[in-house]
Amino acid sequence: MWTIQPDDWIAIRLSLKVAATATLFSLPFGILVALILARGRFFGRTLLDGLVHLPLVLPPVVIGYLLLIHFGRKGMIGSFLDDNFGLVFSFRWTGAALACAVMGFPLLVQPIRLTIASIDERLEQAASTLGASPIWVFLTITLPLSLPGIIAGCVMCFAKALGEFGATITFVSNIPGETQTIPSAIHSYIQSPDGDAGALRLSLVSVFLALGALLVSQFLVRRFTRNTVSSA
Amino acid sequence: MIDFDCSLRRGAFAFDVAFKSDAGITGLIGPSGSGKSTVIQLIAGLVRPARGRIEAGGKVLADTDQGTWLPPHRRGVGLVFQDAQLFPHLTVRQNLKYGRWFTSQPNRAIALDAIVDVLGIGHLLDRSPQTLSGGERQRAAIGRALYSSPRLVLMDEPLASLDTARKLEILPFIERLRDEFSIPILYVSHSIEEVARLATAVVRIEKGKVIAAGSTREVLSSPALPQAGERFDAVSTVAGTFSRYDEEFGVSIIAHPAGDIVLPGRIESAGGAVRVAIRATNVALGVDRPEHVSIRSILAGRIARIETNGPFALVSIELTGGDPIIAYVTRLAVHELGLGPGDRVNALVKSAAIDELGVSRFLA
Repeated sequence: MWTIQPDDWIAIRLSLKVAATATLFSLPFGILVALILARGRFFGRTLLDGLVHLPLVLPPVVIGYLLLIHFGRKGMIGSFLDDNFGLVFSFRWTGAALACAVMGFPLLVQPIRLTIASIDERLEQAASTLGASPIWVFLTITLPLSLPGIIAGCVMCFAKALGEFGATITFVSNIPGETQTIPSAIHSYIQSPDGDAGALRLSLVSVFLALGALLVSQFLVRRFTRNTVSSA
Repeated sequence: MIDFDCSLRRGAFAFDVAFKSDAGITGLIGPSGSGKSTVIQLIAGLVRPARGRIEAGGKVLADTDQGTWLPPHRRGVGLVFQDAQLFPHLTVRQNLKYGRWFTSQPNRAIALDAIVDVLGIGHLLDRSPQTLSGGERQRAAIGRALYSSPRLVLMDEPLASLDTARKLEILPFIERLRDEFSIPILYVSHSIEEVARLATAVVRIEKGKVIAAGSTREVLSSPALPQAGERFDAVSTVAGTFSRYDEEFGVSIIAHPAGDIVLPGRIESAGGAVRVAIRATNVALGVDRPEHVSIRSILAGRIARIETNGPFALVSIELTGGDPIIAYVTRLAVHELGLGPGDRVNALVKSAAIDELGVSRFLA
């Protein structure tokens, strides 16, 4: 009963693909939003802050439903993307990635925002007086110095995406091979009369994946902070 | 060349400062909160003036009448912070070269080797900033600003966060910069000895206004009106020639036509000129040359003028052979000694009270 079944492998591979896609595509937006929240001084910053954190406190099923009505085939954004770019989210693995990206977004943004806020702005001022334009200051100073936060944020987002269930199943259902990620597969096992062993197997896989991700992130963060943060 | 004239308002703080300077090092002094850092931020382009014009090294950096405002990265103005602010993810060498990635100004360029040599940081190039001492970091930060070929270097209290030993380590390097490279420096400090030693012109500001500007000697020796309960920092500089080092007592003798100046410690300046900054509060007066007194530096001269302020009197003395020296004494003492302009007096300088920071070797 401990051997992983071919169906399980499909769910594991799909989960990894969905989580990696969700993390990779939300990263640029995450860095941008973190930068705005850490450095921006404008009216409505608190509102943006609240919006970013909404997925943490809203029921996941609400996020799934909102995605369904906006990004579904008949939704405003969904139909636009389908007509113009042939990009379809509903009942596809891409939709699962979108749901995971939204749910993981606050976890991605928070560590990046904290590291950016901890960078002494005079380092950036020094760079600008040395001739670096704002974009170069960002690329050569701000970005490298926020690397530990970026790594931590990516791992948190990736781990969250591996475990996301509510929003995903609401938005893209539970289709084996297309949208059935590990949590959905566990859900299906539990629903079937003799699925206990399968549910336990995949649960253990989840534990190993999450633990592995955390260990990798700790290793990377330690490695990069050694080079960037004062040890004196 | 710096031509600065800006005003702005921050809450209750009204800033309105104008000055011009052609000096190699221009000292900018004033108490904390007087607006020294605001001058730096305005010239670097980190703050916008409400009204004003800034020109440095022949280039207009800002002019509100013309609508000119260059962003910091297009100004070519180097900035040295109080705490180096080296980029922690880069080596010292990469820090130094950072500015060259963005600007190439072959007409102003100084070779990296020359900068590394003058600042004595050759052995640090491949190290990470975290492994450097405070003084080494500050030297690297000065090198980083210089190597970006700036038209002007701003130093914002560059020694304030260092202990005296580190200050004494760095001051000669800044003197070498002044003497060997032709980049003008605006040096902000609240240490009057540092400014007396380094600067050739001084701007003194208080509460966002210029209260004195001119040559270092003029400004530092002029009695700025002291606030209630506060004694001003008048300083005079006396230049002499190194005569000898007394091994037994550990003092250096500086020869001056008005008399010998005894300085504690060895002044590394065999045969060279030495300039000593002396605070007015460290100078006493004697009508006759006193015989039985601990003071070793006795300088003869004539009183040029006496200004009084409450219980105090500021006595300016023209020393035999040239330099003026200033004594800050009580009005009572002036009265009881019957001192007046033209009288012969001896300026008694307490050697142990002379700040080493204000002693410099310079090219005569």
